[in-house]
Amino acid sequence: MSDQKQERVGVYVCHCGTNIAGTVDVVDVANWAAEKLKHQGVIIAREYKFMCSSLGQELIEKDIKELGLTRVVVAACSPHLHEKTFRTAAKNAGLNPYLVELASIREQVSWVHTDKVVATAKSKAVVSGAVSRVIENRALDEIKVPINPNTLIVGGGVAGIQSALEIANAGFHVYLVEREPSIGGHMAQFDKTFPTLDCSACILTPRMVEAGTHPNITLLTWSEVTNVAGYVGNFHVTIKKKARFVNEELCTGCGICQEKCPKKVIDDVYEAGLGYRKTVYTPFAQAVPNFPVMDKENCTYFIKGTCKACEKFCPTNAIDFAQQDQMLNIDVGNIILATGYDLFDARRVSNYGYGRLPNVFTSLEFERLSNAAGPTSGNIVLRDGKTMPKSVGIIHCVGSRDKNFNNYCSTICCMQGLKFAHLVHERTGATVYNFYIDMRTAYKAYDEFYQRVLEEGTLFVRGKVAEVTDAARNDREKGKLIIQCEDTLAGKQRRIPVDMVILSSGLQPRKDAKEVGKLFGISCSMDGWFTEKHPKLDPVATMTEGIYIVGCAQGPKDIPSSVAQGAAASARVLDKILQKEVSLEPIKASINKEACSGCRICNGLCPFNAIAFIADDMVSDINPALCQGCGTCVAACPAGAISGTGFSDAQIMAQIDGLLLKNLEIGNY
Amino acid sequence: MPQMTDERVRAGMNREEDPSLLHEVSMKTAGVSHLEMCIQCGTCGGSCPVAMDMEHTPRMLFAMLRAGMREEVLRSNTPWLCVSCYHCVVRCPQEVHIADVMYTLKGMAIKAKLYSDSTAPHFSQTFVDMVEAYGRSYEMGLASRHYLRHFPLRLPSMMPMGLGMITKGRMTITPKKIKHLDQLKSILHRAKQLELTS
Amino acid sequence: MNKYLLYPGCSMDSSAKAYMESLNEILEPLNLHLEEIKDWNCCGATEYLGINLIPAYSLIARNLALAAKQMNPVNGTGGTRTVVAPCSACYLNLAKADYYMQERPTLGAKVNEALAAGGLEYKAGTLDVRHLIDVLVYDVGLDTIRSKVVRPLSGLKVVPYMGCMLPRPDYQHRWSDHEHPTELDDLLRALGADVIDYPLTTECCGGHMTQIGPETAFELIRRLVADADERGAQMMVTVCPMCQMNIDAYQNEANHFFGTNYHMPILFFTQLMGLAFGKEPGDLGIGVELVSARNALANIGVEVPVTQEPAAPRKKDEGLPMPRRWTKHEGRKEAVK
Ligand SMILES: Cc1cc2nc3c(=O)[nH]c(=O)nc-3n(C[C@H](O)[C@H](O)[C@H](O)COP(=O)(O)OP(=O)(O)OC[C@H]3O[C@@H](n4cnc5c(N)ncnc54)[C@H](O)[C@@H]3O)c2cc1C
Ligand code: SF4
Ligand code: SF4
Ligand code: SF4
Ligand code: SF4
Repeated sequence: MSDQKQERVGVYVCHCGTNIAGTVDVVDVANWAAEKLKHQGVIIAREYKFMCSSLGQELIEKDIKELGLTRVVVAACSPHLHEKTFRTAAKNAGLNPYLVELASIREQVSWVHTDKVVATAKSKAVVSGAVSRVIENRALDEIKVPINPNTLIVGGGVAGIQSALEIANAGFHVYLVEREPSIGGHMAQFDKTFPTLDCSACILTPRMVEAGTHPNITLLTWSEVTNVAGYVGNFHVTIKKKARFVNEELCTGCGICQEKCPKKVIDDVYEAGLGYRKTVYTPFAQAVPNFPVMDKENCTYFIKGTCKACEKFCPTNAIDFAQQDQMLNIDVGNIILATGYDLFDARRVSNYGYGRLPNVFTSLEFERLSNAAGPTSGNIVLRDGKTMPKSVGIIHCVGSRDKNFNNYCSTICCMQGLKFAHLVHERTGATVYNFYIDMRTAYKAYDEFYQRVLEEGTLFVRGKVAEVTDAARNDREKGKLIIQCEDTLAGKQRRIPVDMVILSSGLQPRKDAKEVGKLFGISCSMDGWFTEKHPKLDPVATMTEGIYIVGCAQGPKDIPSSVAQGAAASARVLDKILQKEVSLEPIKASINKEACSGCRICNGLCPFNAIAFIADDMVSDINPALCQGCGTCVAACPAGAISGTGFSDAQIMAQIDGLLLKNLEIGNY
Repeated sequence: MPQMTDERVRAGMNREEDPSLLHEVSMKTAGVSHLEMCIQCGTCGGSCPVAMDMEHTPRMLFAMLRAGMREEVLRSNTPWLCVSCYHCVVRCPQEVHIADVMYTLKGMAIKAKLYSDSTAPHFSQTFVDMVEAYGRSYEMGLASRHYLRHFPLRLPSMMPMGLGMITKGRMTITPKKIKHLDQLKSILHRAKQLELTS
Repeated sequence: MNKYLLYPGCSMDSSAKAYMESLNEILEPLNLHLEEIKDWNCCGATEYLGINLIPAYSLIARNLALAAKQMNPVNGTGGTRTVVAPCSACYLNLAKADYYMQERPTLGAKVNEALAAGGLEYKAGTLDVRHLIDVLVYDVGLDTIRSKVVRPLSGLKVVPYMGCMLPRPDYQHRWSDHEHPTELDDLLRALGADVIDYPLTTECCGGHMTQIGPETAFELIRRLVADADERGAQMMVTVCPMCQMNIDAYQNEANHFFGTNYHMPILFFTQLMGLAFGKEPGDLGIGVELVSARNALANIGVEVPVTQEPAAPRKKDEGLPMPRRWTKHEGRKEAVK
């Protein structure tokens, strides 16, 4: 190294307030670097309270210009946060941004250690590694690629619909993919929405219709995304459009087929298991689109080979038993995931008796029960289908805030429990009890709604319900459901006999959230919700550029927040589209043709299909536009012929030597 | 500072609070007690089959532990009524080892001589004495000694049952002993010198 | 042959000798071999834990240490690391000591320090502690059990009473559910009995309260017996000596206390297995219960088997559909997660 031209390296150690300086002796680290790494070219080492502040950045820019620095190491937080900041600073001062390295001494040192001596020593090693590495860095140029202005939105609940409309109204094309026969999501199942009690269908249907008829929206219902390739600006997506067995061109949505279909099955999705549907059906009257789908699993014709009642009666000959699944390929620049939530399976809390005791209902069942378009035409009745309850107990936190099930607060179920209390009171005059641990009614007009329900005479009991049982201990309890709990404010165990129990079940990630996350290259939190880029400052973006998450797919939330996120992500997407092009990290792999033996091992391994075999030269080659710099091929090549820019062997080996302090002159440490 | 009037004293205004109580109980409990995680939800008090006879529900007892009310907690009949049914334990949303905490409190109450009714502590002690003497429990000796001491008036009504048990051969008249009683004794002797504190 | 180590527990040769006798009768037909842990001692029931913690756990751990020493006989035909306890309280104590010694390593270390004074040691996790019914349902299997039935118990209306300490706290996720486990139901059904859904199946029998606060215990006994009676049961079936003792021996006192007149016999499940396998009642300890099971047992074999009622035609106003019941399979999967 000594015979080469020596680089001029500047080292900048950040205090990050007390975040780093509280555990690491930053002055010592800077002095040490100036002295011990001098032989490697460190000509200046400074420490500063906040390197990321404009003063901190100016400090670096000034040194680059005045001292002629050719390399910069910033020992601060994780590169996730500020790599871009310091690279931009370098660029402003005329230094190639890729000649800057971040040494993470916050996330990887000060936040994970308590012993100051050890933490300081480790910081020195991390800095030393970064210095050795940065010397091996090469100047790189950003790659600019054009952005496809089309957007894919997955999930047509209220959040996805909002995103779609915002982008479509701005004049860009949207593909809205929904796996159910209609868009609408959970909101389409509700009767009233808290806290204002607007009719859910009345406010949602116009949006659904708008989305269904918008010239800029291609609506793909009964469809699912099966493959995603490419990167921000240039995603290639494969969509499976499941056979509806109804020709959408011919169908007028008259509904005669549904009427004539002789086969009735329990509707587990839209009616939450509380009602029936036909095997050729639209889930509800206002469905968008309003062409039916045929449920092949249950259709008599598909099972027994005879029936075809629908075909006989369809006035436009739209029924098509020969229809096949279709695979569509589309190109989009950005993707928004709005896949929503599943309801917690209340059968798991066996002490609440759901599934065993007929008159225990879940929240979604109650929504259908109270919905004028539901199986009981909005009559709140017991499972026998006719008796009105005289007393109702509503249990909060079912499956939420419980280490045995989900350890988080589902956010909406307190308000939803209050909504139920109001509806029961209004429609049946029954005595209503709400059992809660804490009443969580934050946000605008929510606590006022709580007070309204208090005023209506709902009896609140502070205590998590212990069990719901039909084992009566006395005549008062005979034939009733008994809710046993501790009234923690009265300090007494109580047994309250009621006719009906409603479980305010929590929200949980979609059953397939992990697989969907994988498909789109994003991760899930421990609880299973999609992980946002930053919990406070970047709540709708993800770690994968060009992929956004909105609504309950990101975590439990109410309709207003879901809608707000839907709109927020659209703003981010429009920003990208209007930039017309995006700069990509120039971190790519390339193959040294001389070294390549033509074994083709790498070809099948690339997850982005970026490697092709050039038969003429008998070597493999990487398409830089497709390569994402993941490094799979680099590690796999038996000939060591592939190297990744930004992650060359020389860089990595130098960094390891640096970390191990092998770069220090013997006896110098 | 206002003078402590008798009323204020009686109202507990000068109660000594012991902020270390919660931690102490947690540490002395087998397993990882999670006692400090209690969110006062009342699932335990709601689940408990004997809550009707308890002076404090388990939840309330844990609030008192937090409040450092050492005497009141150790005098409470609650731990002694616990039948170890583990209903509260499996339902507790915070995985508090409630039944084990009850055992800890019993042990602490015995050491501090703070229980209000001696029936339960004496029963446990009698049982333990039998086990230490024979290595096995001895229902006959246990029942007769215990009932004579605590429920002499109930003995007549118990007689038919006791007799039934004996005539049906379900109560042995002589205790059984294990072979290596010495070994057990030295283990227990050593164990008694040890305590769980951290 | 299925081979296990047996921890019988103190009551098996006194108050619950019917349990032991009936267990011995069913071993051979099920091809089970139980080898008693040599010189085992009392597990301390629920009493020792309240007096002094480390001695209590050391008392239990001596049994585990002895069992671990015995688990691989030098020239035997394959050892076993499974300890079977027929008593729920013993099962829980053994399982709990094994579990807590791992969860709280300080506890494990102290207990071993005490064991060392007796020349013993126990490494937590060495053994698998299981209850008898667990082994019968999951190792022997319901199919095998069903195949041994020569006298189906049809016509005998029973409530399965699991008791509290068996399915809870369930450190090793062995049971289908903590509140409404189905193992005993399934087993009794395999014997042909008419099993009545019993929501109180895991409620407490009163435990030691019969000794120290009888009135509290009487109330717990009353709840159990009254509900079984209300549901038309001819007898309760138990898996635990303490439950059997409390419900059987104290039922009359409880009747006396509340002015009721229940007559609800309670037998061990092994006794019913023996009967179904064609064994003689006398060999199964039947007759030593204080609340006699004679009348209830008169139903076995003499009644014509109930035939399946034809499905009623669907009425117009058929009410709303019920959710599917939570199955054991789903339950197990969640628990292992
Ligand atoms: C019983 C109950 C009552 C409620 N009441 C209220 C209320 O009164 N007021 C209020 O503000 N909030 C209420 N909420 C909350 C409300 O439901 C949510 O805030 C809202 O529905 C979230 O909308 P979303 O679009 O994020 O998700 P969802 O409504 O779940 O929509 C997601 C959509 O994505 C589709 N999808 C999922 N996965 C895929 C996939 N892989 N491919 C394609 N499509 C997919 C689904 O089919 C669905 O259509 C209530 C919740 C419950 C459970
Ligand atoms: S009958 Fe034909 S036109 Fe009418 S909804 Fe059915 S498929 Fe469409
Ligand atoms: S919102 Fe209310 S009911 Fe729902 S989990 Fe949170 S506290 Fe419980
Ligand atoms: S159940 Fe658990 S969290 Fe709730 S009050 Fe009892 S100990 Fe506390
Ligand atoms: S374990 Fe004890 S405190 Fe808990 S419910 Fe049972 S008796 Fe009550």
